[in-house]
Amino acid sequence: MKAKQRFVIAIVILGLLMTGPFVVTSLLVWLDMKESERTMLTGLLLSRLPIGTMMTVFGFVVGVGILHKLFKQYVEGLLRMSETLRMMLSANRNFRVALDGPPEVQQLARAANDLAQQRDELLDDVDAQIARAKASVEEEKNRLAALMSELAQAVVVCNLDGRILLYNNRARLQFKALAQGPTSVAGGALIGLGRSIFSILEKSQVTHALEVISQRLANGKSAMSNFITTTRGGHLLRVQMVPVQAAAAAEGEERAITGYVLTVENITRSIEQEARRDQVLHSLTEGSRASLGNLRAAVTNLIDYPDMEAELRERFVRVVDEEAGRMSQRLDQTMADFSDSLKTRWPLEDVLAIDIVAAAQRRVEDKLQLPSKTEELNDALWIKADSFSLVFAMAFLAARLQEHYEIRELRFRLSEEGRFAYLDLIWAGHAMSSETFYTWEMEPMHLAGETTPLTLRDVVERHGGEIWYQREKAAHRAFFRFVLPVATPEIETVDVDDKARAKGRPEYYDFDLFKFQENSSIDLDRRLSDLVYTVFDTETTGLEPSVGDEIIQIGAVRIVNNRLLRQEIFNQLVDPERPLKPESIPIHGITDDMVRGQPTIDLVLPAFHEFCEDTVLIAHNAAFDMRFLELKEADAGVRFAQPVLDTLLLSAVAHPNQESHKLDAIVERLGINIETRHNALDDSLATAEVFLKLVPLLADKGIITLRQALEASEKTYYARIKY
Amino acid sequence: MAHKILIADDEPNIVISLEFLMKKEGFVVAVAGDGEEALAKVAGFQPDLLLLDVMMPKKSGFEVCEALRADNANAALKIVMLTAKGRDTEVAKGLALGADAYVTKPFSTKDLVAKVKSMLGIV
Repeated sequence: MKAKQRFVIAIVILGLLMTGPFVVTSLLVWLDMKESERTMLTGLLLSRLPIGTMMTVFGFVVGVGILHKLFKQYVEGLLRMSETLRMMLSANRNFRVALDGPPEVQQLARAANDLAQQRDELLDDVDAQIARAKASVEEEKNRLAALMSELAQAVVVCNLDGRILLYNNRARLQFKALAQGPTSVAGGALIGLGRSIFSILEKSQVTHALEVISQRLANGKSAMSNFITTTRGGHLLRVQMVPVQAAAAAEGEERAITGYVLTVENITRSIEQEARRDQVLHSLTEGSRASLGNLRAAVTNLIDYPDMEAELRERFVRVVDEEAGRMSQRLDQTMADFSDSLKTRWPLEDVLAIDIVAAAQRRVEDKLQLPSKTEELNDALWIKADSFSLVFAMAFLAARLQEHYEIRELRFRLSEEGRFAYLDLIWAGHAMSSETFYTWEMEPMHLAGETTPLTLRDVVERHGGEIWYQREKAAHRAFFRFVLPVATPEIETVDVDDKARAKGRPEYYDFDLFKFQENSSIDLDRRLSDLVYTVFDTETTGLEPSVGDEIIQIGAVRIVNNRLLRQEIFNQLVDPERPLKPESIPIHGITDDMVRGQPTIDLVLPAFHEFCEDTVLIAHNAAFDMRFLELKEADAGVRFAQPVLDTLLLSAVAHPNQESHKLDAIVERLGINIETRHNALDDSLATAEVFLKLVPLLADKGIITLRQALEASEKTYYARIKY
Repeated sequence: MAHKILIADDEPNIVISLEFLMKKEGFVVAVAGDGEEALAKVAGFQPDLLLLDVMMPKKSGFEVCEALRADNANAALKIVMLTAKGRDTEVAKGLALGADAYVTKPFSTKDLVAKVKSMLGIV
């Protein structure tokens, strides 16, 4: 029953209570009276009836007034309070009940407010704890990622579907080096978060390795598996796999494998070296057998039959002569061909020569208090060295010089001469005898209390190098020259472009992908925040593809799990095979010289297609870019069939009342900081940022899934305009 | 009657030694310079023992050996393979294809003579 109805009933009851007892009493008295008494009473009453009625009505009105006031204060006041409490429960935690009404209601309100306060404190505490826990997990992840990125091995972590959850910089460089083809990212060596590792490694081999691991686990052996695989480009990779296991649910229960860690090593080069070594061995053993056999037989005959005829003897001698000559020749040939492969197998690292010099300088200054300087230094020189023994040797020489010739300063010089690096230790004055140097070369080295059984000669030989003493007569000084083999570092350092883009911690991992579901075709009912996107932009010679305007640049970035991956980019200039329009050059900043010699669109498009496989495409004013792509699909033999989102339309959905939905305007409206614009890569980065900001705004409008976003886009005013 | 030995090798520098040696031991010797010639000479010369080099032009020692063993007429012929390849796998192959002995270069001539004699039943 509603409060209003109850109020009406209460009023009726009040009325009945005020009139009822009088009427009933009067009726009972009336019935008891005689006729004369009744007439007398009627006469008495009738004359005073108006005043009685007036009193009753007055009393009733006062009663209703009191009732109304009570109703307002207790019933309606409590109803209001309950509403307020509901609001505190759901919408606004910080809301409080207003203190008014009678004291009892106020007390209730105060108690409710105290309860709410207590609840808020608890909630805040829980939130704080969650935040702390999150932060520590995040920190651990960051630490792990930082650790990984410093590793010299290429590491890739995948979930069971082969999706990449983490990779380090080394892996990126290694796979980049594997890439072939005309464009910077083509060649089937695409590494990226959420991408499939099977574009790089053979799926069957990975599956087999996982089976091996499961078996080993079942047998209580260490869970690890190795395999060697060949890439499409013919490189040999040695892969080691270790499983990632879920935490055990209960003791003794088997832990499920949720993914695996791969360490990948490109062994193409070492295998080649191995093969060359084999060849040397072979040519020195098998190759010598025949000659040696001929020699031995001839010589034995000569010895066993000293009385043979002169002519025959001469023939045997000739055999000996010929075969001995042949063997010497083979030996020389082998040494010439394989000298590199025959070097000692002391583990030498590729190091920057200036790093060695810097280490030696520090050592000399610390241990000997001997000032040092550098002269001409080739700072791009890599050498193969065991840095510890090499630095020790230099410091040892410095100590000897200080001790014997009291030198006051040592200088370092570094230069390159063909396949060798010259590392010079220079000092002023004092010629030294070759005997002294010989002693220094052959004695076990020692330096300020540290000793080593190695001699200077040992160190030099380990490096496959040489050392000598030389004078610069004109300058009155002398130097020791270390000759060391130059190394070609396997992986070039990160290019400048990458460095500029990779500010802060690189986004090489995403552990949320452990929960990522394998789904090669894009599910339209997935949430926008859960999808993988390729955000791209093109620069073109003009605005009209139908009259021959062409693409001259494609830039693209990836968004995985709501994160913009600045390291995983596509950036390719395209030769349009026609001159650029002079008026367009200031817009995109691309000149004829830049595009000439670049791959043509029929080569670039397949690479781009591979880059954006299985992802939703996003572009600003996508219809424009898509038309250019579609016109080239047939020539390139690819089709872009995936869903396409347009940030222009999505912005119009999110802010229907704004006038401009140009990229610049949106970037400003959403408070996005962009440094440069108007080249395809930077614009695609800006578009990606815009999209990430739009996702929560769209969610406010009830647009959660891809399907909803596509439908909403279609309905906007802008979508109806033909481009 | 003197035993007949056929030497099949394409390297004159070893042929001269083997020929000299075998003649000194009183054998009747013939020489073949390649695989095909070796097969022809086995048919014509009817040797008791064949010193067969593995690496020869036209037909390798392995092929010659296989061909000879495929024909029952040559069942009594002893085959000694000579080779500059020392791998165990090749020794196994030679013996599997029907060679009676396998000698790796460089070899001791004395041992070779002793082996040839014992195979021909001369003590």
